[in-house]
Amino acid sequence: MDHHTPSTASPRELRMARSMCWHCQSEVAGEYFCDRCVKVQPVSKELDYFTCLGFPRRLMIDQQKLEAKFYELSRAFHPDFYQNKSADEQTISLTNAALLNTAYRTLRDPIERAEYLLDLEAGSVKEIRNSPPADLFEEILELQDTLNEFRSADRTSETASTLRMRLQSEQGRLEQRQRDMEATLQQLFVQWDRLQDRGEATAEARTERGRILKHMRENLSNRTYVKNIVSDLVSTIE
Amino acid sequence: MARIVGIDLGTTNSLVAYMADGHPRVIPGRHERTMVPSVVAMTDNGLIVGDPAKEHLTRSPERTVYSVKRFMGKSLGDVQGELAYFPYHMTEQGGVIRIKLGEKTYSPPQISAMILKELKQRAEAHLGESITKAVITVPAYFNDSQRQATKDAGLIAGLDVLRIINEPTAASLAYGLQEKTQGTIAVYDLGGGTFDISILKLKDGIFEVLATNGDTHLGGDDFDRRIADVLVKEIREQHGLELNAYPDHMQAARLEAEQTKIRLSDEQKTRAILDLPEGKGRYSKDLTRDQLESLTMDLVERTLGPCRLALKDAGFTANDVDEVVLVGGSTRMPLVRRQVQALFGKQPHCELNPDEVVALGAAVQADILSGGSTDLLLLDVTPLSLGIETMGGVMSSLIRRNTTIPASAKEMFTTYVDGQTGVDIHILQGERELVKDNRSLARFRLKVPPLPAGVPRIEVTFLIDANGILNVSARDVRTGDTQSLAVKPSYGLSDDEVERMIGESYKFAADDLKARQLIEARTEAEAILMATDKALKQGAHLVGEEDLSSIRTVIAAVQAVKSGEDHKAIRAKMADLETATHHLAEVLMDSSLKEALENKKLSELTSEK
Repeated sequence: MDHHTPSTASPRELRMARSMCWHCQSEVAGEYFCDRCVKVQPVSKELDYFTCLGFPRRLMIDQQKLEAKFYELSRAFHPDFYQNKSADEQTISLTNAALLNTAYRTLRDPIERAEYLLDLEAGSVKEIRNSPPADLFEEILELQDTLNEFRSADRTSETASTLRMRLQSEQGRLEQRQRDMEATLQQLFVQWDRLQDRGEATAEARTERGRILKHMRENLSNRTYVKNIVSDLVSTIE
Repeated sequence: MARIVGIDLGTTNSLVAYMADGHPRVIPGRHERTMVPSVVAMTDNGLIVGDPAKEHLTRSPERTVYSVKRFMGKSLGDVQGELAYFPYHMTEQGGVIRIKLGEKTYSPPQISAMILKELKQRAEAHLGESITKAVITVPAYFNDSQRQATKDAGLIAGLDVLRIINEPTAASLAYGLQEKTQGTIAVYDLGGGTFDISILKLKDGIFEVLATNGDTHLGGDDFDRRIADVLVKEIREQHGLELNAYPDHMQAARLEAEQTKIRLSDEQKTRAILDLPEGKGRYSKDLTRDQLESLTMDLVERTLGPCRLALKDAGFTANDVDEVVLVGGSTRMPLVRRQVQALFGKQPHCELNPDEVVALGAAVQADILSGGSTDLLLLDVTPLSLGIETMGGVMSSLIRRNTTIPASAKEMFTTYVDGQTGVDIHILQGERELVKDNRSLARFRLKVPPLPAGVPRIEVTFLIDANGILNVSARDVRTGDTQSLAVKPSYGLSDDEVERMIGESYKFAADDLKARQLIEARTEAEAILMATDKALKQGAHLVGEEDLSSIRTVIAAVQAVKSGEDHKAIRAKMADLETATHHLAEVLMDSSLKEALENKKLSELTSEK
């Protein structure tokens, strides 16, 4: 089958597409409802997830507030509340609710949130290519060998149990590494937010911005790689 | 807005409920019974449904359909392993099972539609208004084909199905409304044919499903089979009789197994009794609860895996769950309760009747849709990942399982060959890597303008609506044109077929109505004869011989027409009887029996058998 890589509508260009109510053509000043005729307004497809949920483009997010906003908007958009409305309004409610759910799911998870922000800020393809951390390269090659050896070994043999022990300790090390990377990512979140809060347009600020984004991309790429190795490990020795 | 009812279309029993003064209520039928057995029988007088049809299970097993829910959205190949357990005959047409009843075949949605119609009529009789809108529940783990089949059943029954909702979530609505619970709850729903587990978060009126899992082919039926298998085996060993050759006796064995199982929920031991075929006497078997439990332990254990997976997907451990709620008749089994309690480490809730709680919840959801309750909102998830086939027979996931619905995903398609005019798309549902291990939902061909390879850009939107049902649309990015898609379901009825079945259902309606009216007239005639008999015993001495002889003549007349086929004749004779007994009733009222009679309502009088 002919099949192309997925492409989400480019969220880079933040565009407040709507300014006129689709129904009564009056100026829409309110967030998602027309002030005059109280009709629900379509959330612009170009609206990024942060704006959609009313959050600034920051990486540290108060989960409680995010959830509260998600619930509030769910009450505004959910198709359950549009059963008695016109077909147009039902369609808008369905599309808005689907977009809201995607936005919430993305922002709720720190990793997905960071990937999404990278996508917005650096215009990268959605999928970040996974690569092993440079210093772990040798270790991972060795691990792959051990894994293959274990897979072909008789499960009840002594060799297998030795290999299993080695793999288990390797698993522990890699899991620790993953946690370390997540801690680093957290620091990058703080750095990013601080930079944004300062709102400087200096050359230093631009350099700093580039540094944080680059570091974040590497971190995410390495983390996903390690995470995949760990889950491969777990499924093999279980 | 017209009233919306909530319907629990169950494997074994179905119910209909509505909301009155902020409380959901199940609508009872005759004798205050709230459950309609999900059984449809073809009789010489037409199709009958529910309790009267249940009597035909052993009388005409080949023409009596039960547990049809197991076949919704399935092909014959899917259910090959259990065909032997069903006495009615099944074939397949276009990926959809057909059940043979007499000369005709019916799809599972058509059979389900007959049950829905019965519920619809029950609601109409009770509420005194026409019912055209409903919320129908399905197991949370039902896939797209099974949900679509349920929606089709509603359409065929003349119901506008405003929402398909998940059974465990419906139950949580009923509980949440009652208890005003907050926190994390697990709903363990073991019904007649299906098992679901859902983990929800309840906060400020929002019911957010975090994860769901289950098995759409595991329920009370499977427990009954274990017992029935034992009975059949012993009868073979002790009496040399092959019960399989006697469908009526097989049905009796199945029903006795079910009753035995039910009794063993209250008692430590019981006796199963069966009449043997060919007049070879009786067979009886003593069974203890321990024996039942060892026979069915693996079935209960099969429910625990999905529970653990759902917890994992929700990001919880069993300890994080604040409350556990039991739903479905099968959760009455002590073994089930023990295992659930052991897994979650807390006493499960079962305050609401596990048979009724799903219908009650459906009524609550119906009320939300009609604008009645505005403080409650259900945010459900899709139980299975949705994807499309890519190169090499691999499934590429577009919407992951446990994603909150409505959910959408967009995918861009192009061509690899110059002038190519179409792209075939195969939609799948499931958690496995390879296409062949997942459920095929539908195929369609995307129309592409003939252009050099790679130039066309067609954006396809896959949208799972609030019913958990997939909608597909396509748009040419270059021209902005949308294109309508003819999506052919892999295991479902096409729109044309559903249309045709709706038409047919009107045609059958006349026959069905006749059968129904006859049954009702007969039942009522029996009741009135019994009441007359009782009145005669009490007051024959109070009226003259002339009265008595005319009463006796009319009684004979009623009895004569009662076994006939004409419900109007029965009604006419019943009216005669009422006239003839008029004087008797009067003197009875005046007599010393007056008080006693007054205290008894007519309904009690007539329901005594």
